[in-house]
Amino acid sequence: MADPVSGVPIGRGRRLWLYALGFLIVLFLVLPTIIVVPMSFSGTRFLRFPPDQLSVRWYMTYFNSIEWRDATWVSLKAAVLTMLVATPLGVMAAYGLHSTRSKWARAVETALIAPLILPLILVSIGIFFLYARLGLNNTLSGLVLAHACLAMPFVFVTVLAGMKGYDMNQERVARSLGASRLTAFFTVTLPQIRFSVFSGALLAFITSLDEVVVALFISGGENATLTRRMFTALRDEIDPTVAAISSLLVALTLTLLALGLVFGDRRAGAR
Amino acid sequence: MSQAANADQLAAAERREARGLFLLCSPAVLMIAFVIFLPIGWLFTLSFMNEQGAFTFDHYTRMLHPAYTRSFQTTFELSFLVTAICAALGYPLAYLMSQVSTVWRAIIFVSVLFPFWTSLLVRTYAWLVLLQRRGVVNTWLQSSGIIDDPLRLVHNFTGTAIGMTHIMLPFMVLPLYAAMAAVDRDYVKAAASLGASPLKSFWQVFFPLTLPGLLAGTVLVFVLCLGFYVTPAVLGGGRVLMWSMSIERSVAVYSDWGAASALGVVLLVVTLAILWVMNRLFGVDRIIGGR
Repeated sequence: MADPVSGVPIGRGRRLWLYALGFLIVLFLVLPTIIVVPMSFSGTRFLRFPPDQLSVRWYMTYFNSIEWRDATWVSLKAAVLTMLVATPLGVMAAYGLHSTRSKWARAVETALIAPLILPLILVSIGIFFLYARLGLNNTLSGLVLAHACLAMPFVFVTVLAGMKGYDMNQERVARSLGASRLTAFFTVTLPQIRFSVFSGALLAFITSLDEVVVALFISGGENATLTRRMFTALRDEIDPTVAAISSLLVALTLTLLALGLVFGDRRAGAR
Repeated sequence: MSQAANADQLAAAERREARGLFLLCSPAVLMIAFVIFLPIGWLFTLSFMNEQGAFTFDHYTRMLHPAYTRSFQTTFELSFLVTAICAALGYPLAYLMSQVSTVWRAIIFVSVLFPFWTSLLVRTYAWLVLLQRRGVVNTWLQSSGIIDDPLRLVHNFTGTAIGMTHIMLPFMVLPLYAAMAAVDRDYVKAAASLGASPLKSFWQVFFPLTLPGLLAGTVLVFVLCLGFYVTPAVLGGGRVLMWSMSIERSVAVYSDWGAASALGVVLLVVTLAILWVMNRLFGVDRIIGGR
């Protein structure tokens, strides 16, 4: 559209307020999170903006605290393991569903994305209830299993979208030339859908890292996650250490978002 | 062998093969069934059982108690309010996004995706810090002379609504933008060439075409609000009791599994009913997202 006025319902003069409003909404979206970063360098307990005196006090508190460090470690371990469990399962399911014309396909697809639709609080107490009987509460494996269920749908949806743009006949060609099904998949199909697989894996990692509600119920003791500890710290008092952790998480988010934009499939924006 | 028989044989082999490949879904399905569906089914039966294990409706009739009805009222009020504000803010932003140049569109897109990708807790914490008594918002309002005494902005309904709106806004903007980007601009041009004023062509041509996106966003935000736990729990400071918090308390404080299950089952039924009706009426297929 070369001429912005043609095809635009609201005239140029009347659009000034729209630009102003849009600017304010963008500020509302972005500013609150960004402003925490300078505030985390505050020297006082009352985080001010701009900070009265600059210090890395709260970062030191975070790095020197065994509890926070352990929680971070648990979260990172859980996120990596979740990614390793959820990615292959999600890719397999997407491949299987894409290859079938079964009348069950619709039901299976719904079942696989159900964890995204069901109220999280109900899912959480359900898992807590189940784990209480299996002795899986407060264990890393229990946490990974639960997070894998929440993360797998993202892999599934992302990879399925990727497969829709891929021509399955290429795999048939490879097999007709003598490659086994597995070889054909790994040498022909996978390299071509790798962007969706990367995006899915990234989403799985972030899902686990960010997850609070399930972790609140089923992670505790020495297997408490970072988000669980952060939530407790927020509910009881405004702990300035959380500002430092938040800033580090914002930096991580920006890095992953950039990585996702560089390596990932752009359609995978849905989270 | 006749050609037809050969074709039949090939088709049968292909069907067999597709069935085999379909089995690749089973590990994921089994995991979800075991960890998600089995316990929810279990809770469902539990919601109809008294302590002796006999059938009862007690857990459901107890929900009529004022303590519960108040939390339902709070939940629906907050969800309506937040959804309405999100629609009011999301529509102009998505509209702007559909009208500006590619560069500006990308800038707005990133500003919508950035909060979307940032940890929920980080954003909730940010609002807690900004809205507190001696926080940035109060300090700014006081120093600019708009107010004399700090406002109570957090640990109440106001703070919860602000925080929830911030979290939910991207879920409104993304489907809205998708709907607007799909509108054929020739319709609007045609309306203009037939003499419609810009405002008239907006309301009579453009707006109706974007209604499916608005509905998708509205349903998505409303449903997510109904079951929201983290942000209301922190920004409400325990004073704003939502449905999800009643469920959490029933388990964590009172170990009352019957009550928690019944509350959870009703929440599930309400959520699925809204999604089902909307899907039937408008084919909202993009109901996939975070919380």
